[in-house]
Amino acid sequence: MTLEVLATYAAALSLLIGSAFIAVGVIGLLKFNDPMTRLHAPTKVGTLGIGMLLLASILNAFAQGDPSMHELLIMAFLFVTAPVSANFIAKVAIHRRDCAVPPSPPRDDTWSTLNSPDGAEGQGAD
Amino acid sequence: MARAAYRWLLPHPLLTLILAVVWILLQNELTAGMAVFGLILGILIPWATSIWWPDTPQGFRMGKMVAYSFLVVWDIILANIQVAWIVLTVPNGNLKPHWIVVPLELKQPEAITLLAGTITLTPGTVSADLSDEGHSLLVHVLHTDDPDGVRDEIKDRYERRLMEIFA
Repeated sequence: MTLEVLATYAAALSLLIGSAFIAVGVIGLLKFNDPMTRLHAPTKVGTLGIGMLLLASILNAFAQGDPSMHELLIMAFLFVTAPVSANFIAKVAIHRRDCAVPPSPPRDDTWSTLNSPDGAEGQGAD
Repeated sequence: MARAAYRWLLPHPLLTLILAVVWILLQNELTAGMAVFGLILGILIPWATSIWWPDTPQGFRMGKMVAYSFLVVWDIILANIQVAWIVLTVPNGNLKPHWIVVPLELKQPEAITLLAGTITLTPGTVSADLSDEGHSLLVHVLHTDDPDGVRDEIKDRYERRLMEIFA
C-alpha cells in the first residue's frame, strides 16, 4: 500500500461521510416544522458535510501529486459567513413572528430586531 | 514619532498578515514573489480602508485565540454528530426547542461577534439576536431538557475564554 493509494481511500471515505452529513442536513430541513428549528439542521450539519468534501478534495489532489490548499480558504470563508446568514434568517423569523416569541431581555428594553420603528408600524398595521 | 508612522502605515497589523496569507493561499503556491506581493496588498488594503474602521481592537492574544479555535473545531465535530442524531431519532412531537437569554459580560463588538459565531457553529444552538443596548444575546436551542445548563455552558466554555483573549 503506497501513500497515494491510502490517500485515495481516505478521500473516498471523507466523501461518504461528508455526503451522509449533508443528507442528514436535508432531512432535518424537510422534517422540522418551525422556522427556527429548521435553521439548525443545515447550518450545523452543512459545515462538517462540506468540510469533509473539501478534505476529500485536498486528499485527492495530494494523491494526484498536485497538492492544493485552496480548500482551506473555502473552509475559512464558510465558517465566517455561515453564522451571518443563519443570524439573518433568525432575525427574519423573529421579525415576522413566524416562531415562538422570545422572552424579553433582562437588562435592556427589547431585542434589536423588534426595536426598529418599521417593526412597530408593522405591528400597528397588522 | 516612529510609533505614529507605524500606526499610519500599519493600522491593522494582524489584518496585514491575514491578507498576505489569503493571497498566498489563493495563488496556491508559495514563492518569494507571491509572498512579497501578498504583503504589499496586505499593507495597501488596510491603509486605504482604515478610515472606515478607526478602532483597532486592543490587547488581542493570538496564542489563546489559536487554542480557542482548536476547541471550537473539536466542538463543531461533536455538535454535528449530536445534531445529526437528534434529526434522525427525535420525532417532531418530542422536540423541546427553547429560547435562552445569555447575559453578556463582553463589551467589544469583535468579541461579541466571535461569541455569536461560535454559538451558531456549535451544539444545537443558533444565536438569533442581540438586545438593543448589547447586554444580552438571544440564543435558540434545538433540543434540551435544561436551558439554564446550556446558558451556563456557553458562559463558562466560550465567553470566559473570549474575555481572556480580548483582555
